[in-house]
Amino acid sequence: MKGKVMTHIESKKNIPEKTALGIIEKPINRRNFLAFTGISAVALTIGLQSCSDDPVTPSGFIDVGTGDIGVLNYAYALEQLEAAFYVRAASAFYNGATSEEIQILTDIREHEIAHREFFKAALGTSAIRALEVNFDSIDFTSRASVLGTAKTFEDLGVSAYNGVAYIIQNVDYLALAGKIVSVEARHAAAISDLLSPRTIAFANDTVINAAGLELTNTPQAVVNAANGFLKTKISANNLA
Amino acid sequence: MKLINMFNNIEEKINEAPVSRRQAFNKAGELGIKTLLASLPFALGATLLPKKSYAQSATIIEVLNFALTLEYLESKFYVTGLAAPSLIPAGDRTVFMQISKHETAHVAALRATITSLGGTPVAEPTFDFTAGGAFPTVFSIYSTFITIAQAFEDTGVRAYKGQAGNLISNDAVLTAALQIHSVEARHASEVRRIRGQKGWIVNSDPGGAPPAIYTNENNLIQGGVNISTFVSAQAATEAFDEPLTMAEVLAIVGPFIV
Repeated sequence: MKGKVMTHIESKKNIPEKTALGIIEKPINRRNFLAFTGISAVALTIGLQSCSDDPVTPSGFIDVGTGDIGVLNYAYALEQLEAAFYVRAASAFYNGATSEEIQILTDIREHEIAHREFFKAALGTSAIRALEVNFDSIDFTSRASVLGTAKTFEDLGVSAYNGVAYIIQNVDYLALAGKIVSVEARHAAAISDLLSPRTIAFANDTVINAAGLELTNTPQAVVNAANGFLKTKISANNLA
Repeated sequence: MKLINMFNNIEEKINEAPVSRRQAFNKAGELGIKTLLASLPFALGATLLPKKSYAQSATIIEVLNFALTLEYLESKFYVTGLAAPSLIPAGDRTVFMQISKHETAHVAALRATITSLGGTPVAEPTFDFTAGGAFPTVFSIYSTFITIAQAFEDTGVRAYKGQAGNLISNDAVLTAALQIHSVEARHASEVRRIRGQKGWIVNSDPGGAPPAIYTNENNLIQGGVNISTFVSAQAATEAFDEPLTMAEVLAIVGPFIV
């Protein structure tokens, strides 16, 4: 397993990655990445062990990593997906989009770009590479398809952040995740309300349980859903 | 006011955290980690310190009782509003019934959690939703009611966010608090949009609610990164919600508590 994974990384080393926005990204610098994860001998050992012993990191997948940096990369991956979606949706709005819908989708596009670029800048050389998306299943000319997918992404995003916050060890990272997740929840409510105005849709009984708590999703569940929209598949089996 | 004083004491304790960030950084230096930190990307390097450095004095029970007080406030507010004749238009009633259901559930969940942790839930205070006469039409004119609803929801989001760090030692409680936090954000978005506002907070615009609720919401710098280098300054403020300290929250809700 170890050889396979490493070979994969090596093979990607000199291939520039094209982002959803068509920007050519500098590929991940493996030397810097290892230097970062190897800040302590213990961390490096654990990292190598998970590489060699852990059979659940599939070959060809971009693994978000482990611990706090893993959580940040996990968030970065989801924000990349969301940003790419809204960039595409706002490049040519679906038929019959109202001015309110255009405003909301445009605002959200900017928020998701802000989140994506924040994580990229904050993670620096430890950031995963830019992911390529696959939106073949989305009909961008259809209101139901675009808003339905937006709802899926927003609900998924909130459940993802809520599901991994407990892993975070550093209070500053926890605070930053908190600053973002509530904005994702605001998005989720707004999109849901566009689909079903002035009903319980904005915070329905599927996403909020009887105790008034929003559902959480495990990284595995989130990644499975996200990979359906990603050409560059991600894995998050080693977060906790 | 007794309650407020109790929470103010908690806040003072929090601010007297045993190790400041600067001290923690110096300690890191003593341990020879400083060089490593310096080599990390600025945004991460400056904060890559063990969470123990941030040990807080507010106990989990105290934080939960603070949250419970806010939930009592919201719960009572919506129950009263829904009972007020001709206040909420028929078309918006479903929304407020759903919000009310959640706030009532939050009260029960917090009380149960506090009890299960061996604590005693604080008693429900007596509320004055006119805030000493500042909002005399809160239960008679819909626009006033939804303005106060927005005020409470946006405050609630900021209040939970501000306490997350104090719950970091207890995974289950932290997760539950964040599961409430995002529900409050959904409420806030819905109420804001009913009012004709955006679902997200723009700069520090109070939109007719008490301005103290939106203090520092115009922040552009997140983890050392200037977000306005990526998107417009307005979008940068919308994209990140900011926390409030316990003292700031209590100053906001104080006028509503008798």
